[in-house]
Amino acid sequence: MKQKRSVVEIISTMRFLHILLAILIGFLIGAGFLAIMGISVGDAYGKLLDSVTTVKGLSYVVVYATPYILTGLSVAFSFKTGVFNIGAEGQFVVGSMAAAVTGILLGNLPKPLLIPLCFLAAMLAGAVWGIIVGFLKTKWGINEVLAMIMFNWIAFYLSNYIAGLPGIKNTGTAEATQTISENARTLLSKSTIADLGLAPTANWGILMALGAMLLVWFIIDKTTLGYELKAVGSNKFAAEYGGIGVNKSILTALAISGALAGLGGALQVMGMGGRISIFSSQEGFGFGGIVVALIGCSNPFGALAAGLFYGALTYGGSKLNLVGAPTQLISVIIGTVVFFIAISVVLERLGGGLRARKNVINREDAEKAPAGGPQKESSKEGDAQ
Amino acid sequence: MKKILALTLSICLVLGLAACGGGSTPTTTAAPETTKAPETTKAPETTKAPETTKAPETTKAPETTVAPAPTSDKIKIGMVTDVGGVNDKSFNQTSWEGLQALQAEDPTFEVKYLESKTDADYQTNINTFIDDGYDLIICVGYMLADATKEAATANPDQKFAIIDDATCADLPNVACLMFAQEEASYLVGLVAGSVTKSKTVGYVQGMVSDTMNLFGIGYITGVLEACPDAKVLQYNANAFGDIPGGQTAAKDMITKGADVIYHAAGGTGIGVINACAEEGIWAIGVDTDQASLSPEHVITSAMKRVDVAAQDISKAVKAGTYKGGEYKYDLSNGGVDLAPTRTHIPEDVLKLVEEKKADIIAGKYKVPTTVADCPAFELK
Repeated sequence: MKQKRSVVEIISTMRFLHILLAILIGFLIGAGFLAIMGISVGDAYGKLLDSVTTVKGLSYVVVYATPYILTGLSVAFSFKTGVFNIGAEGQFVVGSMAAAVTGILLGNLPKPLLIPLCFLAAMLAGAVWGIIVGFLKTKWGINEVLAMIMFNWIAFYLSNYIAGLPGIKNTGTAEATQTISENARTLLSKSTIADLGLAPTANWGILMALGAMLLVWFIIDKTTLGYELKAVGSNKFAAEYGGIGVNKSILTALAISGALAGLGGALQVMGMGGRISIFSSQEGFGFGGIVVALIGCSNPFGALAAGLFYGALTYGGSKLNLVGAPTQLISVIIGTVVFFIAISVVLERLGGGLRARKNVINREDAEKAPAGGPQKESSKEGDAQ
Repeated sequence: MKKILALTLSICLVLGLAACGGGSTPTTTAAPETTKAPETTKAPETTKAPETTKAPETTKAPETTVAPAPTSDKIKIGMVTDVGGVNDKSFNQTSWEGLQALQAEDPTFEVKYLESKTDADYQTNINTFIDDGYDLIICVGYMLADATKEAATANPDQKFAIIDDATCADLPNVACLMFAQEEASYLVGLVAGSVTKSKTVGYVQGMVSDTMNLFGIGYITGVLEACPDAKVLQYNANAFGDIPGGQTAAKDMITKGADVIYHAAGGTGIGVINACAEEGIWAIGVDTDQASLSPEHVITSAMKRVDVAAQDISKAVKAGTYKGGEYKYDLSNGGVDLAPTRTHIPEDVLKLVEEKKADIIAGKYKVPTTVADCPAFELK
């Protein structure tokens, strides 16, 4: 048993090393591009670091990271259960719109009632968006990836349609919804923000993200439901043979995944955004979630760390223009990181294969020398005593 | 648990790497400023005019070594783009080019921009400039109106300017730079109505809103005046960045017989111009002189001198004559006009355009601005 644990340890450290390496390479390649463009690497990365290391900067990072943590959790959850939720984008959009509509139409309700109501509406909308795709998959075997990509666009135009409806549309000139009621906002009080010197959009949405993270971890690792979902994810035929309802599992997985993304949408609009604009292009919170899930190894705690990392890059990256570097540098870095993490998975498999072969050889060696076996055992017993 | 620890450590290490990268600049705050100042002035010099601007650089350099904070005597102008980004080949880009030209010509200006990716970024970007003590913040586009209003109310001493929005005009610290887009659109409409042979012209709009509709109303009025029985095919792309969408819409219009297409659709319009170039018909650009996109097929463009407006308001800040309220840019002050590239426009058409332009400037004719005055306008 002792030996086995150490192997697990090595693998986990190796995965951590791979990700670290991928991130390092990402920054190095980013530096290469900066050098080619004739921009000082020190200036650019210095600005990146400066802007996220002040109290205000850190609060901005948290604000920017919150929605990505949720979509990251959503995608991570779906990875664990064998479906690829590329539809987090659409679920995020319908979730944020549901929260916004609730926050606008029921704006007179008191805060303690309205905020949970907005969360519920968003999670429900996200879950429904996931279940529809799950239904198409389980009923008619329609590939969920294709259906989800289309559902992202349906969500996109649905959101634009709702944003233009009378009663929802901004009464001024803005191409957006009205700003949601003050009672639906999760912003910290103005005095707290001023006293601590936080970002003006600082909000307590991160607490919801932390709660969601613990919940996902609990469901996946500590419940029968999680066990069933993981079983379907690893091998659905074996799971079915074992008496698990595969279709039900897929629907449940997509509903939970969708609800998480929808909650992310609610946190964004109730915290930082305050309103939803009529989109001219997809905002990419869901696609960012895929990156977060990849960097976070599809692990809920990893999603938190990766979400903060992504938030820091997004916020810090927005300031790169000030030193003359293009913000697209961030896309280069993130793209490279994802690429090298994808490669690291391949390397890990190769490594795993080699290790397995080595183990077989070792075992064969051990079997060839039966005399050594009992001796070792007795020495171990001696140690224990 | 180990994995979290591992990932947190990885982040620390990455930030550590960034710190190493940043290490080449000294950590004291005053020092980077002095090293930065010559660099920022260097950039426009190499790209713009190397000889004329060389002198200010050499005079600037000793100053920075003597004075510890040279940024204080610079006029700092910050520009926040809308979600179109700074390379939108439209008004964000024009504004930025205007500011860059201003900095090249007068190095006491220091200009910077921040790009917005989502609606929620406007506030963050505006606040970044406020925190860094910029003298003037220029918000490009009416999409930033609410964020500007909020920031301007919260920071009454901060000067703002906003392009294409008049809702903040009551605030003393917001200059609203408005353009008579219907006048420029009317002139290109005259051109389209005069050169069409099939008596069918096209129009692609980026979004339906009161501000955007002015383009269509002006254009259609112009077309129908030059060619009363012309048909105007209209399409709302509902997107400012959808190049393939613009291309498809334009192709569709061309198969229906259109031989001139005007767009007021930002990036989507690039697709419109591409389709016109492929099919060999005339395209009309918007905001900037878009002839460079397809010199043989862009007959003219409806120009909005956003660059001039951005420069004017920046100069006003320097001269101390800045004041809030509405600034109107129209044909009479050169704020809007036909693009300078006019080689493809026939002589008699140019003459007609110049006559109408003179009428508008003289106040003899007013281009309609409401849907009610232009029944042929169909986009709603």
